Amino acid sequence: MRVEKIRRSEPYFYLAPTIILMVILLIIPIIMVVRYSFYDNVIINKHPQFIGFENFAKVFHNKSFSAAAKNTLIFVGGSVIVHLFIGMTFAMLLNTKYLSAKTKALFRVIFALPWMFTASVIAILWKMLLDPHGVVNYLLEIFNLNSTQVEWLASRDFALLSVTIINIWAGYPFYMVSILAGLQGIPSDLYESSAIDGASAVQHFFRITIPQLKPILISLLMLDFVWTLQQFALIWMTTGGGPIHSTEMLSTFIYKLGFSKYQYSQASASAVILLVICSIVAFFYVRHQRGQE
Amino acid sequence: MVGGKSGYIKVLVVTLLMIGTLFSGFPILWMVLNSFKPNSEIFAWPPTWISKNFLVDAYVEIFKNPEKIRFFVNSYFIAFTAVILTLAISILASYSFSRFKFRGKNVINTIIVSVQAVPPITLLIPYLSLIVTMKLYNTYGALILTYLLFTLPYAILMMTGYLNTLPKDLDEAVMMDGGSRFRALWTVLVPVSVPGLVSVGMYTFMQSWNEYLFALALTKTNEYRTVPVGISLLMGQHAYEWNQMMAMSVLGSLPVLLLFLFFQRYFIAGMTSGAVKH
Repeated sequence: MRVEKIRRSEPYFYLAPTIILMVILLIIPIIMVVRYSFYDNVIINKHPQFIGFENFAKVFHNKSFSAAAKNTLIFVGGSVIVHLFIGMTFAMLLNTKYLSAKTKALFRVIFALPWMFTASVIAILWKMLLDPHGVVNYLLEIFNLNSTQVEWLASRDFALLSVTIINIWAGYPFYMVSILAGLQGIPSDLYESSAIDGASAVQHFFRITIPQLKPILISLLMLDFVWTLQQFALIWMTTGGGPIHSTEMLSTFIYKLGFSKYQYSQASASAVILLVICSIVAFFYVRHQRGQE
Repeated sequence: MVGGKSGYIKVLVVTLLMIGTLFSGFPILWMVLNSFKPNSEIFAWPPTWISKNFLVDAYVEIFKNPEKIRFFVNSYFIAFTAVILTLAISILASYSFSRFKFRGKNVINTIIVSVQAVPPITLLIPYLSLIVTMKLYNTYGALILTYLLFTLPYAILMMTGYLNTLPKDLDEAVMMDGGSRFRALWTVLVPVSVPGLVSVGMYTFMQSWNEYLFALALTKTNEYRTVPVGISLLMGQHAYEWNQMMAMSVLGSLPVLLLFLFFQRYFIAGMTSGAVKH
């Protein structure tokens, strides 16, 4: 039955490159990092010692870790909520009957612009805009909102707010475009029949729009949560986690621990903590995606 | 008031459009304008809009500097290679998912979906020793392999979805005539999947072009560094040449921007398939 055997192995043949890549570049590294997190002095020492959960205990007692966890929570929470709000507003705006198709197409491009830029461009651009002598402070002054030259990224009071705003700017177009696709998929007769029943615009929104968009909104929130949780590049290039840990995130904390303090064991332990949080969200995301099929 | 209530709504719509344009477009406009100013005018108070000393010097400086050109060459090479490999590997994998039933299908599929949630920073620590062991540290190979890992899951899911919409009769007809499955895939399915492939290709290009963390950690010399790292290195220099940084940013953003403008529909389909079922 050689032919039969060949036929059975055929799907694996097509999958072979993918499986090999995933095993070498994903499964093995994950096993390695989990193993590192239970050993002392990994990478630096050739024969590291097994120390159980000691690395985790050290990480949890590290003051910068708790600061990073708190900042990450504020950063992620703020970004996700405002992303949803702006994305929804812009999507609805681009879906109204008051604008011509051409106007909509033009503004769709303008509103989607921030999406096109890589983190280092966004970082450098906003460092320029938010400079004490920069154009943001100038605009605040001419609109009489503020007359002092705020050090947006260099002051402990404003740095976290500033990086959150930058991240909001960089991330809302993904929501906008996804929600817009969702809005266009809602059958118009749903609205028509409800209009006959005399429902108001607000009722339309909560009774038809939101329930119809629910699957997309849930996917968006989960994806964005995971992505924002991992955000490294923007923070690293604008504030580097400072001043004095005021914008320290889990990602910058891990990076510094590993690549400037060479505490690979503790860095691995923190990386595993981040992985566990993301995996929990991913579990629900996968279940949600399956449920839709 | 024209039409009462709908008049108010129109005013609201126009106001929101203006606020939105200011919010999303102004920073980018400012980037472009500043790339044409002399460096001394970047933080002028009050700011100048279009400088009286309109300059293209910043751009000339970049084009004259072989080290900066090299960042672009590297980025194009890595991104294009990643696109070709991702397309090839993902079409094979999605063919398997779309046309076969086999043991372990669900497990493999779940692993692929969940890769998207693995934080890159978690992989970075073991990755570094892995890449060093494979003798790939500070090479194109290290970055291309990394980007394959990041883009394949999405690419496979999208292509599987696409192939599922194509009737099985298409490839079965070729096999009836005695052609192999591979031939059916190559001569029939690939040509009709072009829209899906374009979306996947653009997604891969954008991810590879924009990636920063691994490009930073896995390279050591400017010989292999990409545009995002090149731009961030400009930030670390003693004197900030803001106009040059802006010019470099404009040039570094152009490829993705042009792809978006010319292939908007494919681009959006590719980028949003994680949230929207097309």
